[in-house]
Amino acid sequence: MKNYDAIIIGAGHNGLTNATFLAKAGLDVVVLEKNDYIGGATASLELHKDWKYSNCSYVCSLFRPEIYQALDLGRHGLEVVPLQGSVTFKQNGDYLGSYHQPTVWRREVARHSKRDADAAIRFDADLMKWCRLIRGFLLRTPPDPASFKIRDAMEFAYLLKRFYSLSESQIYEFIRFFTMSIAEYLEQYFESDVILAHFSGGSIIGTGLGVYSPGTAYVLLHHAMGDVDGNVGSWGFARGGMGSVSAAIGSAFKSHGGEIRTRAEVQNIIVKGRKAIGVRLASGEQVHAKAVVSNLDAKRTFLSLMDANDIPAELVKRAENFKIRGSSGKVNIALDGLPEFPALPKGSPLTLGHMHFTDTLERLERAYDDWKDDRWSQDPYVDMVIPTQYDPTMAPPGKHMMSVFVQYCPVEADGGWTDAKRDAFGTAVIDQIGDYSPNFKDLILHAEIRTPRELEAEVGLTEGNIFQGELTLDQLMFNRPFPGYAQYRGPVKNMYMCSSSNHPGGGVMGAPGANSAREILRDLGKTDTTPEDFGDD
Amino acid sequence: MTKPNSVVIIGGGHNGLICGTYLAKAGYKVQVLEARDNVGGGASTASFADGYRTSGLAHVLYGLNAKVCKDLKLNIANLASAPPVDTISLQLDGDHVTLARDEVSANSLSSKDVQAYRAFKQEFRGYAKALQPLMMNAPPRLKDMDKKDKLTLAKLGWSLRFGLGTNSMREFLRVGGINIYDVLNEVFDSPSLKGAIAVDAVLGQHMGPRTPNTVLTYLQRLWGETQAVQSIPVGGMGKVSEILETAAIEAGVAIRTGAKVAKILVENGRSQGVVLQSGERIDASIVVSNTDAKTTFIDLVGASQLDAMFCHRVNSVRQNGDVAKLHFALSELPIFSGLSPSQLGQRLIIAPDMRYVEHAFNHSKYGEYSENPVVEITIPSIGDSSLTPAGHHVMSVSATFAPYQLKEGWQTQSRDAFVQRVIQTIEHYAPGFSATLVATELLTPVDIEDQYNTAGGHWHHGELSIDQSFMMRPVHGSAQYLTPIDGLYLCGAAAHPGGGITGVPGHNAAQRILAMGGT
Repeated sequence: MKNYDAIIIGAGHNGLTNATFLAKAGLDVVVLEKNDYIGGATASLELHKDWKYSNCSYVCSLFRPEIYQALDLGRHGLEVVPLQGSVTFKQNGDYLGSYHQPTVWRREVARHSKRDADAAIRFDADLMKWCRLIRGFLLRTPPDPASFKIRDAMEFAYLLKRFYSLSESQIYEFIRFFTMSIAEYLEQYFESDVILAHFSGGSIIGTGLGVYSPGTAYVLLHHAMGDVDGNVGSWGFARGGMGSVSAAIGSAFKSHGGEIRTRAEVQNIIVKGRKAIGVRLASGEQVHAKAVVSNLDAKRTFLSLMDANDIPAELVKRAENFKIRGSSGKVNIALDGLPEFPALPKGSPLTLGHMHFTDTLERLERAYDDWKDDRWSQDPYVDMVIPTQYDPTMAPPGKHMMSVFVQYCPVEADGGWTDAKRDAFGTAVIDQIGDYSPNFKDLILHAEIRTPRELEAEVGLTEGNIFQGELTLDQLMFNRPFPGYAQYRGPVKNMYMCSSSNHPGGGVMGAPGANSAREILRDLGKTDTTPEDFGDD
Repeated sequence: MTKPNSVVIIGGGHNGLICGTYLAKAGYKVQVLEARDNVGGGASTASFADGYRTSGLAHVLYGLNAKVCKDLKLNIANLASAPPVDTISLQLDGDHVTLARDEVSANSLSSKDVQAYRAFKQEFRGYAKALQPLMMNAPPRLKDMDKKDKLTLAKLGWSLRFGLGTNSMREFLRVGGINIYDVLNEVFDSPSLKGAIAVDAVLGQHMGPRTPNTVLTYLQRLWGETQAVQSIPVGGMGKVSEILETAAIEAGVAIRTGAKVAKILVENGRSQGVVLQSGERIDASIVVSNTDAKTTFIDLVGASQLDAMFCHRVNSVRQNGDVAKLHFALSELPIFSGLSPSQLGQRLIIAPDMRYVEHAFNHSKYGEYSENPVVEITIPSIGDSSLTPAGHHVMSVSATFAPYQLKEGWQTQSRDAFVQRVIQTIEHYAPGFSATLVATELLTPVDIEDQYNTAGGHWHHGELSIDQSFMMRPVHGSAQYLTPIDGLYLCGAAAHPGGGITGVPGHNAAQRILAMGGT
């Protein structure tokens, strides 16, 4: 029987990233994937004949440029097209457009509030400041505050040094930014309802929190951190859909001699003498390796891949308590043509970006109240894009594909999900868009509706949580996934974690995969192939 | 001419009195100026109907600081005659949950929950105790620290690392910044027990159980528990203030009531004294404000004396209250289903489960009062017959949520409607209660603002959330009891560590002023 150097369980983008860095260091690596396609939630699938969908993740902004460069993903076929602007429609027929051109953007804000136009400059500058500071933490392993090891102390010293590059006043503002609600944070800058709502949306995507929940201001950063063409904070589409991201990493992996096995579902990790020695597949086959890396979320890794007898009882409890409540849904729609939005001027470029239909903080917060009571939002927040405007390869000529991300959608609709409830959820979303686009409903050829139930069943995201674990203070940095386990090493020797359940968390970022590879290579005494962050220049 | 070492304290609430007493004992010439006719502020006993008296605002004493009591030799023996009270969370089915310091009881509780409660209280009280070095000192600055700041940080680090130990420290760092809802769901099964604990994490705040920061609020309450037992003082909370007043006078503090300050005099960035509403000018080398941040800086100092960004921060302080106080004069003792007469004298709460509390909170986010409010009830006349005419009783109620900025405004109609909501809520648990009503008083946060001179009518003079705590309380640039104005200090609940009848802000402010050498 062949003995690999490393086995990666799950061919999501983090698993592939992890595998590629290991293979690049000369290790013999195999990636085992249960589906017949790679990518996990970073995939392009044909759900309707001739239409290709990014049916889970749908925009590319967080992917670390350092990884893109280190793995030469451009050469492996990944092309990211920057996305233009965004728009929030108002209930009174007006709209707020967001433009890249600073003077145009300022003029647009001034149309809603002159005071806010001035504040917008201050806000953008502050936000970029926090982005730059946080970005430096992404490609690093969090230090353990309870440890006395020199490495942890040095890492803390590094973080403090970065922190102290700020002025005293900025330090407090940074702490406030990290602990405030997005609504209250923004209210310090802006007065106009639509502007407040426009900026707040990004902070609740994927979270089980509302715009007035402390801790959401920081989530905005998680979405503003994207780095396309060097512009901090901009978003992009992967040509060919998100599957192109996985395909490019997969291609890089193979170019370094890696092996991918699809339809190879791992049943459990084999532990002997407190050491992981390999995995057992659903088929009964055993695969052995020096290192076993799980790209599944922390709940699945410890509660289903591992035997409770092989790990400390305390860890089982931590895994059971790990917060991974899904809160988002998705509707993927095949369209016969481009929907019209009469509120926008003819030929407006704003349909090219993200479209939103929630124009007040109160509507956003009420959408959250529904979720708290196990209901989908009656008036949901949607983040809608039509990527076929950039990338006609994803649909037949003249036809379009629309991706609608929906916040909030509960893990269990009151009394449990049924197909009828799932369709009712889809209808609530379609109706909301229909209110702003009279020809939209007639253009629909096919709609795929995904609640957390579908996300869990198909992609393997527990409870349908897109970040593989909520991004709250108890599950960030040295607490992610659990205190004492934040350095990508599992509870038994030779076992590692590389999923988004680990620092720095979810989004198609690749950072957990790369960070985990760095720790594995360190333990195996191999040369580090993972990149350092680019820094501020 | 300003006399050296002359101090004026604005506001004769408990923190003002405590700060003044410390300073007077150190040889300062201290004058406390109180706008109302009596000192005590939120800790007062007031008459609300002919022949009926009760605690005006605060009505349960739970965290009066042990060091303050010892330092000032407060004669709390008088108060000790009020026995410690438990908290009883009322349930519609009569299976009430009784929470004592480490014990909990109810018929339906599993032994697992009973044991978990003991372990939970001890663990969390441990976290609260570990924060002691931070609580009893000026919060350290995070840059340009002085020796004292470094010492405080070192003590705090030591206390977290070695006081708690590896596991507890890790657990504290995990839960410290999150919500009580998730924590309680991890620890307990019983919905009624979870609801009862959640109340202590949200009361006085604009927060529901699911709001991150509620663990911090709960820890502040538990820290109080490490200082003094929970009690309902005989004679009302005004008794506490009387003791503080006596101590202050004995130390040489001059107290003037009915003296409302209209302006803090500032020349060349230094405070010179105050001007009263009457026009009288009082010079002092040090001015200490016991009032909230907005009142102090915007109303009394004035924006023209301050940096624009600083004013912006003060104006952004969230200090709108969410708790209404109600006083009911009763012709007889109400009968609560399933409660014995001796249990009636305890602290009663209505918050049957966490969902109830969260739903109550939902309304306040949109400027509405709770359809089904969370209610905290005491009947102080049970232990103190002097408060009412013979045979009659008085019920003191904190009802939440009742937002300061009610969408429809607190006019007669909304006031009456809210009082009815509270009465009906109590009536569910005490049938026949409404028939015993003789008189009613409602203090909304707007009334509290007017009557107690605190902008927004907030219990803590500002939300106790992380972004408004420690070195950011009330705002950074004024967090170590200092202000941008030389010679002007803060000593009230607006300053670290916040509200409650603890005396700690007053104590810390006095230490700070003494450490500054009296300038």
